Amino acid sequence: MSKVSSELAAKLKTSKEFNAEACYHCGTCTALCPMGYEVLPRKLFREAMLGLEEKVKARIPEIYQCLLCRMCEENCPQDVHIAENVRYLRNLINKEEMNLIK
Amino acid sequence: MPLPIAPILGILADNVKQRGSVLPISKKAATGWAKGLNLPKGGETVIYTGHMYQLIPAIDAMSKQMAMFEESPITKLFPLGRFANKIVNLSFFMSLMASKEMKVENNKILRNIASLLKKSGVELGYLYGDEMYSGALIYDEGLDEVFVPHAKKVYAKLKKNGVKKIITVDPHTTNMMRDIYPKVVPGYDIEVQSYMEVLAEKAPEALKQCNKELVIHDSCVYARYENMVDQPRELLKNAGVDVKLPELSGKSTHCCGGPIEALFPKKAHEIAGNRIEQLQEQGQNIATMCPICLVNLRKAAGGKGCQLKDISETLADAYL
Repeated sequence: MSKVSSELAAKLKTSKEFNAEACYHCGTCTALCPMGYEVLPRKLFREAMLGLEEKVKARIPEIYQCLLCRMCEENCPQDVHIAENVRYLRNLINKEEMNLIK
Repeated sequence: MPLPIAPILGILADNVKQRGSVLPISKKAATGWAKGLNLPKGGETVIYTGHMYQLIPAIDAMSKQMAMFEESPITKLFPLGRFANKIVNLSFFMSLMASKEMKVENNKILRNIASLLKKSGVELGYLYGDEMYSGALIYDEGLDEVFVPHAKKVYAKLKKNGVKKIITVDPHTTNMMRDIYPKVVPGYDIEVQSYMEVLAEKAPEALKQCNKELVIHDSCVYARYENMVDQPRELLKNAGVDVKLPELSGKSTHCCGGPIEALFPKKAHEIAGNRIEQLQEQGQNIATMCPICLVNLRKAAGGKGCQLKDISETLADAYL
């Protein structure tokens, strides 16, 4: 069973930068990703929006491996700002998990 | 053992906070390229390198070290390295280990670009020691709390020098200073154009027809972030270059792997190798337009028989 963080879910819901609600899981992003990920970005965003903090933490290497190349965005039928969403998650992790901002 | 993300990002962030750049280099290394070009200090329109081409030799030296550490237990000492780097500028040693050949080549690229702009009639100044790194890498890594104050400092320097327009030489600095700074720096009013956009507008006549084939590797940031696809093609075609394009080009260009070089060197190398194969299907002379693409693709191309050069070299050959 996964633990839900209502704080994470609320943060993403009210964020102006994080936009993934329009994603309907078509998988175009995943198919085109030069990294060849199976999960990013569609599953990651869903997990983040649901507040599944542990699952998001388990994907930290993939979050930092994203090239931000926007190949996925170029073809996203829902205009999800995928690279900016990944960058937003990095910012959250930098602050809250890695304690990098002091 | 993968490289530890937190201490590496910590070192980059500390360097920007304390020393103004992800990998501090000397003033001479940052501005030496302009020696003898007689560019006036400051002015309303300046060339803005953002130190990208100058940083690459040091970044390359660092990434070679990182690749060696990737499988080593030494990674456990990285947090200690971050602590030490706060006191002594350890990362500066990377610039001492940087390839001289690469420094010479990158300085020549910048000299060519400045000369191309001057030749096409642009009244061009340069900020010399007042020019600062744009902060592109720390922004990409989500270090916004370090990036935003840095961007404000960069803007203050531009205003102090009376700059109204900057002409950039690489895609990352172009994106930061054209699209990101206006979002994070209140009152930001600097006009930003890439040198290829300026040259395409000026449409200078080529002095020489190159009559050669050249495969273009588009930069992801120029093509998809900045919508700059046609200008390099126009400039090359007007110079008699037979432009060859891989299947993944323009807005569908394939990444060089460079953005993850600092944290995941092996994966970066693998992606660059894939891209080299795609480019080689079209020809063996390949032009890049980003210093990160150039260094990363070159590493993967070693021994594969192709030649990679910055696009400005061909432009200089034709238009200067």
